[in-house]
Amino acid sequence: MKYAYYPGCSLEASAKGYDESTRFVFNALDLELEDIEDWNCCGATYYMSTKETISLVISARNLALAEKQGLDIVAPCSSCYTILYKTNDILKNNPVMKAKVNQALRKDGLSYNLTTNVRHPLEVLVNDIGIEAIASKAQYQLSGMKIAHYYGCQIVRPDRGLDDKENPVMMDLLFEALGAENIYFPMKVRCCGGMLMTTYPHVALDLNKDILACALENEANCILTTCPLCQLNLEAYQDKINKRFKTRFRMPILFFTQALGLALGGSPRELGLNRNLVPLAATELGRRN
Amino acid sequence: MTNHVNAAQLNEVTNGKEKALHDSFLLQIQNIPGGESIKKCIQCGCCTGSCPVSHTMDIMPREVIGLFRAGDIESILSSRTIWICASCYGCTVRCPQGVKVTDIMYALKRLAIENKIFPKRFPVHALSNSFVNLTNLFGRSYEPGLIIAYFIRTNPLKLLGMIPLFIKLMSKGRIGLLPKRIQRHKKFSRILDEAKIMEMIVPAQE
Repeated sequence: MKYAYYPGCSLEASAKGYDESTRFVFNALDLELEDIEDWNCCGATYYMSTKETISLVISARNLALAEKQGLDIVAPCSSCYTILYKTNDILKNNPVMKAKVNQALRKDGLSYNLTTNVRHPLEVLVNDIGIEAIASKAQYQLSGMKIAHYYGCQIVRPDRGLDDKENPVMMDLLFEALGAENIYFPMKVRCCGGMLMTTYPHVALDLNKDILACALENEANCILTTCPLCQLNLEAYQDKINKRFKTRFRMPILFFTQALGLALGGSPRELGLNRNLVPLAATELGRRN
Repeated sequence: MTNHVNAAQLNEVTNGKEKALHDSFLLQIQNIPGGESIKKCIQCGCCTGSCPVSHTMDIMPREVIGLFRAGDIESILSSRTIWICASCYGCTVRCPQGVKVTDIMYALKRLAIENKIFPKRFPVHALSNSFVNLTNLFGRSYEPGLIIAYFIRTNPLKLLGMIPLFIKLMSKGRIGLLPKRIQRHKKFSRILDEAKIMEMIVPAQE
């Protein structure tokens, strides 16, 4: 099976490990990812919040490019996924907006006819390949991992039927089949604050502290995420959180594809695990004071 | 489009400025699939209860809908609330009446920017602006540029506090030294110019 791959801007920089591990996992499962030719920024949350028509146009340019390739889009970044999905939804429901968007896209010889589906790699793996088939290809059991599955907010919400919006289980089921232990983690869809870490850091640090504490108290030894921003907030700001709240978190935060890649026989380097700030091997997991 | 929202059904606002804000808000939410559901709000407060950041807001999400219906959009626009919303959609999926609270927050942000009504010190808007400028320039977002542009506009001193994190991420190859630009950049600019014109056009009422 073949998909149009939309890495998005963060997978080329701060979430490079997500890009490397996604490509590895898809390759290991004989799925082809064809990069969308000359893709542009999806516009992200902030573009959407300021100029509506323009944000829909730049987002739709990617949908149009994928349509030209005749493939469904796979977008690992939760935010890109949400934005592209939402753009598709708006254009499907609003012919006037669709006409305006196409009018603009024509300047680059493009047009969009609503045939592209926007999908997230987690859902593609679980639905198109299947958990059993993935488990049968695993070379290692993840029996040492005690995982807090952190879905974040953008892949299950707003409700688009991908999984339960309050208690999604896709990742849980996948990693259970791979031999990992899933811990009780009621914060699985709690918001990490996203860009509030830059604009209102005291609010975001508090949110991330709660998520880390919940994982630690339930004895997780790593958190898996599906989102570049969740990963960055939870991982890179642990020092600041520890300083502010007098905690001693040292929790490895992995992209779910990195953990899946390990089961499929990938080396830490192939999966970009060397780029993580808190190494997975850290056995001395922090304790709250 | 008229079947989406009927202003008269929502409430009668006669005062000049408030009326203008009210009308442009209704235009904004016309484009949201299901935007008309704002009429069905029963003020139960599920949105406020579900919001992970409501404790830091000055007006609660429930009150935002209530104030709008009471005809006081200006109070909403000058609150911190719409800028603190992290867009997690928790309220939207829990609303028993199907009100698209998050999308309404977006519409309010757009309205605030259009009308230049902001709370004192509004860093989120500065971030939005930096983001938009960079994306227009390169066709791609550029994280270091975004952070630098943002702090220069708000609090340059805080940039110093970001240096340790920059170095850490840089050592792991997680920061691009130079921004990447898309190939068909000139055509991308032309799309944007056309989109800017489209932005100003409002479809004729059927």
